[in-house]
Amino acid sequence: MTISSLPPGLILVFGALLLPVAGSLIRPLLVLALPLLTIWQVWHMPDGSSAALVIMGHDIIAVRVDALSRLFAIIFSLMAFAGGLFALNQKRTLELVAAFTYAGSAVGVAFAGDLITLFVFWEIMALGSTIVLLSADTPQASKAAMRYFVVHMFGGALMLTGIFLFVFDTGGVAFSAMKPDTAATALILAGVLVNAAAPPFSSWLGDAYPEASWSGTVFLSAFTTKAAVYVLIRGFPGTEILIFVGVFMIFYGITMALLENDMRRILAYSIVNQVGFMVTGIGIGTEMALNGAAAHAFAHIIYKALLLMSAGSVLYMTGKRKCTDLGGLFQSMPLTTLCGTIGALAISAFPWTSGFVSKSMINQAAANEHLALLWFCLMAASAGVFLHAGIKFPWFVFFQKDSGLRPKDPPWNMRLAMILFSAFCIGIGVWPEYLYALLPYAVDYEPYTDAHVLNAMQLLLFAGLAFFIMLPMMKRTLTISLDTDWFYRRLAPAIINRLATVIGNADQAIRQRFMGALNGVVNYVWQHHGPEGSMARTWTTGNMVLLVTIFLCVYLVFSFI
Amino acid sequence: MTETPANSKTLETDSATSATSAAPAAKLHWLVRKGTIKVLWVLGLSFLAVLVYLDGSLTPHPHFGIDGTFGFHAWYGLLTCIAMVLVAKLLGKFIGRKDTYYDD
Repeated sequence: MTISSLPPGLILVFGALLLPVAGSLIRPLLVLALPLLTIWQVWHMPDGSSAALVIMGHDIIAVRVDALSRLFAIIFSLMAFAGGLFALNQKRTLELVAAFTYAGSAVGVAFAGDLITLFVFWEIMALGSTIVLLSADTPQASKAAMRYFVVHMFGGALMLTGIFLFVFDTGGVAFSAMKPDTAATALILAGVLVNAAAPPFSSWLGDAYPEASWSGTVFLSAFTTKAAVYVLIRGFPGTEILIFVGVFMIFYGITMALLENDMRRILAYSIVNQVGFMVTGIGIGTEMALNGAAAHAFAHIIYKALLLMSAGSVLYMTGKRKCTDLGGLFQSMPLTTLCGTIGALAISAFPWTSGFVSKSMINQAAANEHLALLWFCLMAASAGVFLHAGIKFPWFVFFQKDSGLRPKDPPWNMRLAMILFSAFCIGIGVWPEYLYALLPYAVDYEPYTDAHVLNAMQLLLFAGLAFFIMLPMMKRTLTISLDTDWFYRRLAPAIINRLATVIGNADQAIRQRFMGALNGVVNYVWQHHGPEGSMARTWTTGNMVLLVTIFLCVYLVFSFI
Repeated sequence: MTETPANSKTLETDSATSATSAAPAAKLHWLVRKGTIKVLWVLGLSFLAVLVYLDGSLTPHPHFGIDGTFGFHAWYGLLTCIAMVLVAKLLGKFIGRKDTYYDD
């Protein structure tokens, strides 16, 4: 085993263990250096794969390097760097340890060349992200973390069962493109889709992510769903059902975000929406669509983290998270407002931002394949993104009514992280060729034609007009929206409580009857064998002699027969 | 979430500032004054009109026919967004609950 066959993600996973023991001077240096070291190693790894181990006759390819794995490994490491910078003043070191383990295992997933390695890193991700959630140290976060963990263990169980069947069917563990036409591959796909927040499990994301700390949600937004996107690109390109799954996710995200009041839950729902675009692209399956999905994942991690950094800054400085409590913050938090707005423009795919150069490839791929209905859905959805995230988030948090709050911009490290990712959002949008050069297939697409820019501006700005026309209907209320998590948060406990009552009553009745019967027996025995019972009475000597004589006579008679 | 503000001292001084900001209209931030908002509406609507006007200068390359019609992206974006808000509001009537629904 050489150093190049060791997964680069282990730098973050094992490096994270040093964070609690490092002093307060060394820890920030480690937090910044570990992701940079990972990026450096990823960048310098040559294409190819090598078997590091053999387990039960199967080659374990822990590192398989190609353009796709490199792209995802780079963005996961870059995210760990910016997230670490943003979280430098997070006092709970456990959160950073968990976040780096989580990020490192996401890099591990990106390089996994076989299903066993994939599964191991997949589960470490679930564990790491659960601990990130738990680190928020609130009762709501603890409960949400448990629900999150159970859903992800379920997804993991589906995947593991699929992998077992896959090994049984094919005799190998290689992780490459497959079709979900056997029980094995269908189960693997289902397990991956749980992590991608696909229906009917979209609700775990909106339930869990907003409960993490101001810095925890930034990490959570980046890895789980995008690792799932990576696995789908690698494992299930061109699987038609993904188009339907993706379109559902897109409109689910828009609708739920439009109804939401919690600023970070708005952004959580919009993660499902954006992952929906990627899943749709993977379902289309052409080179342009897959490039678009991969590029969009890369761009999305950056602008979504940026949006959640600006929301995290607001939470950090005000302690408030509901749109109804916020507003007017642009006056005292100019930098946070600016960065949040750049993130909002990028997620809306505004020209000269990162979202424009990535998402338009997916839309173009749908047009190239003459998928008319899908294309009209994607166009409407693109407008809808501006509506629910592009305007709604900055408007209700930084503008709208004056809440009277006058918090300052957050500390320098948080500001720096936001500036860094804002620069990336604009840089990728203005110079897309650098991102395109990293994509899995050669790019034959020009995003900046007059028509593309004008059409996008019309679509988005008229969506903006619709927002302000409909503003009275968009007024925030102190409400939440029921989702499929209702089934395990309300229905299942209600059924279990009901069952517990029925079973409890039945148990009580059965025990009462049993005890009644037992009492009857005891009374009967007491009656005959108790101190006053006929069998326990003292007999006279004469009676005893008579009885013995009778027995002897009977014995005598029997001995002669 | 019961997370406390990171900088309570800032907030104390800030609340004093906010008390002053709420009072006279002259103290309002220039961006939220009625006059500015009016100007922003006029500029915004003019810009939208220019965008639609520019549509005529392009040679349409429709993929599906209707998307090549004049100002397609403008009206399509406007109408679909209004539709999405209405659908969301309607759905909200069924699935909306007080935000204390799960608190127990």
